[in-house]
Amino acid sequence: MLKKAAAGACAVLILYLLYQPRRERELTIGTVNNADMILMQRLSGEFERETGIRLSWVVLGESILRQRLTVDISTGGSTFDIITIGSYETPLWAARGWLTPLDGLGPGYDYEDIFDVIRQGLSHQGRLYAAPFYGESSFTYYRKDLFEKAGLRMPDQPSYEQIRRFAARLHDPGRNVYGICLRGEPGWGQNVAYLSTLMHTFGGRWFDMDWRPQLRSPAWTEAVSFYVDVLRAYGPPGVTTDGHNETRALYANGNCAMWVDSTAAAGYILDPNQSRVSRTTGFARAPVARVANGSAWVWSWALAIPKSSPKTSMAKEFVKWATSRRYAALVGERYGWMLAPPGTRKSTYESPEYQRAAPFAGLVRDAILTADFTRPSALPAPYVGIQYVMIPEFQAIGAVVGQEISAALTGSATVEQALALAQQEAERIMRRGGYLK
Amino acid sequence: MTRQRHRVRTGPLMTPAVGMLLVWMIVPLLMTLWFSAQRYNLLDPGGTAFAGLENYRDLVTGRALWVAMGNTLLLVGAVLAITLAGGTLLAVLLDREFPGRNICRLLVIAPFFVMPTVSALVWKNMLMNPVFGLIAWITRSLGLGAPDFFATAPLAAIILIVAWEWTPFAVLILLPALQSLSKEQREAARMDGAGAAAMFLHVELPHLRRPMAVVAMIETIFFLSLFAEIYVTTAGGPGLASTNLAYLIFQDALFEWDVGLASAGGVVAIALANVVAIFLMRVVGRTLEAER
Amino acid sequence: MRTKWALAAAGWMAAGAMFFPLLWMFLTSFKTEITAVATPPALIFKPTLDNYAAVLERADYAQFAANSVVVALGSTLLALAVAIPAAYSMAFFPTRRTRGVLLWMLSTKMLPAVGVLVPIFLLWRRFGLLDTRIGLVLINSASVLPIVVWMLFSYFREVPREILEACRMDGATPREELFHVLLPLSKPGITATALLSIILCWNEAFWSLNLTTVRAATLTVFTASFSSPEGLFWAKLSAASTLATAPILIFGWISQRQFARGLSFGAVK
Repeated sequence: MLKKAAAGACAVLILYLLYQPRRERELTIGTVNNADMILMQRLSGEFERETGIRLSWVVLGESILRQRLTVDISTGGSTFDIITIGSYETPLWAARGWLTPLDGLGPGYDYEDIFDVIRQGLSHQGRLYAAPFYGESSFTYYRKDLFEKAGLRMPDQPSYEQIRRFAARLHDPGRNVYGICLRGEPGWGQNVAYLSTLMHTFGGRWFDMDWRPQLRSPAWTEAVSFYVDVLRAYGPPGVTTDGHNETRALYANGNCAMWVDSTAAAGYILDPNQSRVSRTTGFARAPVARVANGSAWVWSWALAIPKSSPKTSMAKEFVKWATSRRYAALVGERYGWMLAPPGTRKSTYESPEYQRAAPFAGLVRDAILTADFTRPSALPAPYVGIQYVMIPEFQAIGAVVGQEISAALTGSATVEQALALAQQEAERIMRRGGYLK
Repeated sequence: MTRQRHRVRTGPLMTPAVGMLLVWMIVPLLMTLWFSAQRYNLLDPGGTAFAGLENYRDLVTGRALWVAMGNTLLLVGAVLAITLAGGTLLAVLLDREFPGRNICRLLVIAPFFVMPTVSALVWKNMLMNPVFGLIAWITRSLGLGAPDFFATAPLAAIILIVAWEWTPFAVLILLPALQSLSKEQREAARMDGAGAAAMFLHVELPHLRRPMAVVAMIETIFFLSLFAEIYVTTAGGPGLASTNLAYLIFQDALFEWDVGLASAGGVVAIALANVVAIFLMRVVGRTLEAER
Repeated sequence: MRTKWALAAAGWMAAGAMFFPLLWMFLTSFKTEITAVATPPALIFKPTLDNYAAVLERADYAQFAANSVVVALGSTLLALAVAIPAAYSMAFFPTRRTRGVLLWMLSTKMLPAVGVLVPIFLLWRRFGLLDTRIGLVLINSASVLPIVVWMLFSYFREVPREILEACRMDGATPREELFHVLLPLSKPGITATALLSIILCWNEAFWSLNLTTVRAATLTVFTASFSSPEGLFWAKLSAASTLATAPILIFGWISQRQFARGLSFGAVK
């Protein structure tokens, strides 16, 4: 009896193991677990009802997702129908022929409504390869209450020297308030993204015109020294494991007097359900040190369709739905206009509801429109991209540079030592990539 | 052992296991060996080209490999020492009679069942975080300031987490072994006037030699390719302070997309694994065989 | 009597220290995001189920859990089916190569999985195994196989040879010997091995993350999607982690006696 039951259980197990029907009207979407995408997932029931297409979601952290997607697409894995990528990957992957062009989404889509700089960033040879879901630049968050109490005033366009002085005045670790929070977690999308803007505004560049890494140039030393000094003196403890999400949590919890980071967090910082500083936060432009070039980044998260997906037309339906004007309005109605996907469509910024709900709207739009990723450095440079360099090798370089700088941040290496090691590794990677002899 | 026994045909019995591992091992190994001699970047449209020993040269002349090897061995050694010592102590403690012993045993072994990624996240975010973490709150209340584990002692922090996960495993194996120590043996020792310390040193510890060897063996296998805990907490940093071989290969493969270089790293890791395996068999294997 | 209470105090303190991180995770899962990061940490708070609701709304927990169960059981069964004959042969009919084969098997386990990710991914794609439960079973069982073989081998060696020899004298074939004598005799060892294998497969993260998307994704993938999202996430992460951990923890607790009995490697007489 028992034996029969066991055999039956085994049979059921094996059947379940093998039985995996493929559904025809189903799309597999790989996306980041950022707040805006989670809203998209919650609202997608509307799309499923309208079209009868079923959606399966793979929602992962940014770095895991990026690894997963890259392995998949570069080996022709074809397990995803829609992927979420940024303005760094899109042109590179489009050039490899891995993406389906998206310039034919139909007349209702209104391409003209998308900010030019965002559209350019997602294009390759003039064709759009990914539809922007939301866009961002970087700017300064600060605590109006703390500034007021200390008798300080944040200018519209602060300089880094001012930031240093403010941080010194407001740093109060005894009450768990730190002068400034900045990304410290190593990674090209983390500390390196911020440092890249800092280095550019100090007048530096990643490469000279012969693609030789410039990490030992004075601008780099100055920028990294500033970063290390300020964070060691006025930053929160544990900064080397703080990425965007962790610093965001710190700021939202009221532990930072200032925070220079993505504009996309603004809606959430002002949402009282998700933040303790919703009433006391003010905004200013990203600080400038010496030159304005590259002082703030520009980035967008976008939806793309891999060439290997056999369901292109269905996938286009979804991409169109999730990046349309109508979608922004849907978020506005359901969850409040403040949380509408920012930084992609002019119409969002022109809508009175959004302007009323989101006091940061004008500042964000200006930041995005003035961040010229084709002229990241005041010096002549062979690359485009502010917080990244649009070559495949940059991920690797960003990883090692980020690691070495985080070592300098902990004090286990000096800034000079860290940059020398970073330079050496960057040269090795550029040599392997065939840029240097 | 009689001659006759060799007449049983072992071939069919062994084939499935050996075959499965061969496929699992040899096919990727051959592919790895092949890739390690190629210039092959996943993001490079140019496809692959023969590179000879270039990948190995870049790997060996780089600093990372040697640091990572040192970290790998340190990690294995330290966690092994802590889990064996901690596991033995806990096992001896839980072997004694006291009220609530069974519940205590359940609580002690619990961490072993938890996913490594979850353990690492809990430690990183809720306990060791210098701002929100519980440990920081305690030290701050005591006026000691907040320790920043992952910046100042990243490898030690990882060792602590891994030791927490695997000490229960040592307890799981050592405790029943202790309990099997017969009453007579203990009585005899007590008759001879052995105190608690002498009992531990001369009766219990020798009895545990073999199960301890088992623990060491299994744990080493897992610690050599430790990855999730590092990935979740420090991402190998700061600098290279907590990069082990597995993480280094991961970084080459999935940050640089440099399959050639990662494969060369993989070949080095296989070599290291075999050296350690032979060493282990020498030391541990002898203990295991001694009592046959 | 005094020593007894001292022992109890020591025992409870040790148990508390070991279990505390999990208890804290469990408690945090019932806090709001804001109280989860409060300093000083909130010990008394109004529990909420919002985090569980949010987690369950976002992901189909039942499917992830079902995949975890099936993959863990399937991998374990396959590994046992392959390992038992091999361990039997190595334990009772050792040849000069046995030791070497065992060593080689164990060394395959020491290879960092990421080193072979690209080759395995290419193979799995070639054979249509990506995002299938069977594909995950194949890779998991291969990766626990060395441990399973080795544990069974150690256990089988403790079985008194006289019994098997007596059977052989009675004319039993090796197959009969294996199925009717050895397996019933070594039930505790096989059970313990199976339990360990189930736990290892349940907690396996690398391959489930890289070789599945939706249909075959297990609970480790489920937790990964909550691991570090934007904003405050401690409470929701705790809820997701509790959901992913609870089944295997309860399973481990229930079966720990069987586990202990078979894991003793012959030290138990």
